[in-house]
Amino acid sequence: MKYLHLVWAALFRRKTRTVFTLLSVLAAFLLFGLLDSVRSAFAAAGQSVAGVDRLVTVSKISFIVSLPKSLYGRIQLVPGVRQLTYANWFGGIYQDPKNFFANEAIAGNFLDLYPEWQLPDDERKAFRNTRTGAIVGRSLADKYHWKLGDKIPLQATIFPQKGGSNTWTFDIVGIYRVTNPKLKAQEEALFFNWDYFDEARQFGTGTVGWYILKVADPAQADRIAAAVDALSVNSDHETKTQTEQAFRVAFVSQFADIGLIVGAIMGAVFFTLVLLTGNTMAQAVRERISEIAILKTIGFSNHSVLGLVLAESVLLLLLGGAVGLAVAGVVVEAVRTAMGPAIPMAPVGGATWVRGAALMLGIGLVVGAVPASRGMRLRIVDALANR
Amino acid sequence: MAALVEVRSLSKVYLRGKEQIEVLHHVDLDISAGDFLALMGPSGSGKTTLLNLIGGLDSPTDGTITVDGKRIDRLSESALAKWRSSNVGFVFQFYNLLPMLSARQNVELPLLLTKLSASQRRRNAGIALELVGLAARAAHKPSELSGGEQQRVAIARAIVSDPTLLVCDEPTGDLDRQSAADILTLLRQLNRDHKKTVIMVTHDPKAAEYAGYIRHLDKGTLVAGAGSVA
Repeated sequence: MKYLHLVWAALFRRKTRTVFTLLSVLAAFLLFGLLDSVRSAFAAAGQSVAGVDRLVTVSKISFIVSLPKSLYGRIQLVPGVRQLTYANWFGGIYQDPKNFFANEAIAGNFLDLYPEWQLPDDERKAFRNTRTGAIVGRSLADKYHWKLGDKIPLQATIFPQKGGSNTWTFDIVGIYRVTNPKLKAQEEALFFNWDYFDEARQFGTGTVGWYILKVADPAQADRIAAAVDALSVNSDHETKTQTEQAFRVAFVSQFADIGLIVGAIMGAVFFTLVLLTGNTMAQAVRERISEIAILKTIGFSNHSVLGLVLAESVLLLLLGGAVGLAVAGVVVEAVRTAMGPAIPMAPVGGATWVRGAALMLGIGLVVGAVPASRGMRLRIVDALANR
Repeated sequence: MAALVEVRSLSKVYLRGKEQIEVLHHVDLDISAGDFLALMGPSGSGKTTLLNLIGGLDSPTDGTITVDGKRIDRLSESALAKWRSSNVGFVFQFYNLLPMLSARQNVELPLLLTKLSASQRRRNAGIALELVGLAARAAHKPSELSGGEQQRVAIARAIVSDPTLLVCDEPTGDLDRQSAADILTLLRQLNRDHKKTVIMVTHDPKAAEYAGYIRHLDKGTLVAGAGSVA
């Protein structure tokens, strides 16, 4: 600790350069915090369903493979299942492919499993009684300036109608709200009646995309999930029962290998960071050759000099990295609050900090190694004579 | 009385490419404790090399150097660093202070290698700065001090760990006449009042007059018959 002021002073000898380097380190670790949060969410998803009262049963093969509707009655009989419903991804496009939002066909009792969604009774009734009726979240309605009574045409990308038309027109009969700010992203969706979908679609009649079940005792969720999946073991429609979070993760994973993407981005970011901070450290030590020579003159050993330079580069990484991870923590919480479970992100917790600290230490030692070794091998008389 | 510094048959050869350059050639020199020696000679005569060897900054090609009874020419690099920290104080022409540290922090540097507490280090640095007349400027950075003041800080740094030997390489080479006189007076005071043994390399005959005696080097050899100035 008695050398800290020496390391600190050396680090901030060129303030502007150090501040810009710190900002680079900060940006790299901010990105690391965000991506690690996503990676952790994906890694943790599906590990256990214990303590969760709502589960999703999908095809074990893939989220896009349908399940027979005949499973409904059998799942309902599994002890501990209190309520059961089903839904299907529709994938319709509103006006332009850029206008992406979730749109799904849902069974008549679907809303009973989502009491946190607030829909007035008269709108709920209208939804039930209108074959082409649809309900939308308040956020989505505001985004496209929709109101009750509007007719919304969606272009089917998966399910054409029996007549061959790809245009499905829905009547907005209800607008639901989600009061929990952490779940606000659930307002970005459109739901329509299962019966209309199932009767009008060209194929797939009698199948569902996934089942959603509510369990009586969350502590029994693991057992119930296993019992549900046991119903279709060795059949052509084996299932996987998981949490809603895991379900969303699987959904996103259809599009890309998240682990690979995160790894590739972080690899590129840290490689650039090593070059950048390595250059800064090399330059910083080159400018201080005579000062290092003086330290050695007054008795600092080669190893002391090595330690001082390494401490300087590690401190540089720790300062920038710690601030970057702290900012990532704030950003992740803000995103989780704003988007809810729509974007799988785990809090920036202890494990991320440990991984981050290890990276800071490792990169600090790597980028400090060459200049530190140069400082260590420095010959005093040559350095003092500017040779 | 045995000499504090005993140099025997000291040679130093540098390699420049394939060429061998003998900078010092079988130099013998005794310096007693409490001496103030001025080493003079033309450029390239080997003054700084001899000073560096006596101060333990470099190793000889041949010969021996004994300081206070200890053979320093045989010490390893790390042992030599340790020896320097407690036995030698260095003063250079260009002060060589660390620009980002205050005067007090610069003076404290050698004490970081000791087991003194932070408050003791601070107190000792204060005493050293007071001795060179710069207590009031302790918090200033080198860039806020004049050349003479910076050199006085360098002297305070050199004496703060109470070394036996002060080696000074052209300590007034970068100073105006008045500042140079002040620095030389300070060195003489350290020699006379505080019994420090001072070895000073200089080109300046006026500076050499402050020393107890002068030795001349020419082409790597000590010139016989050089004498006292006092």
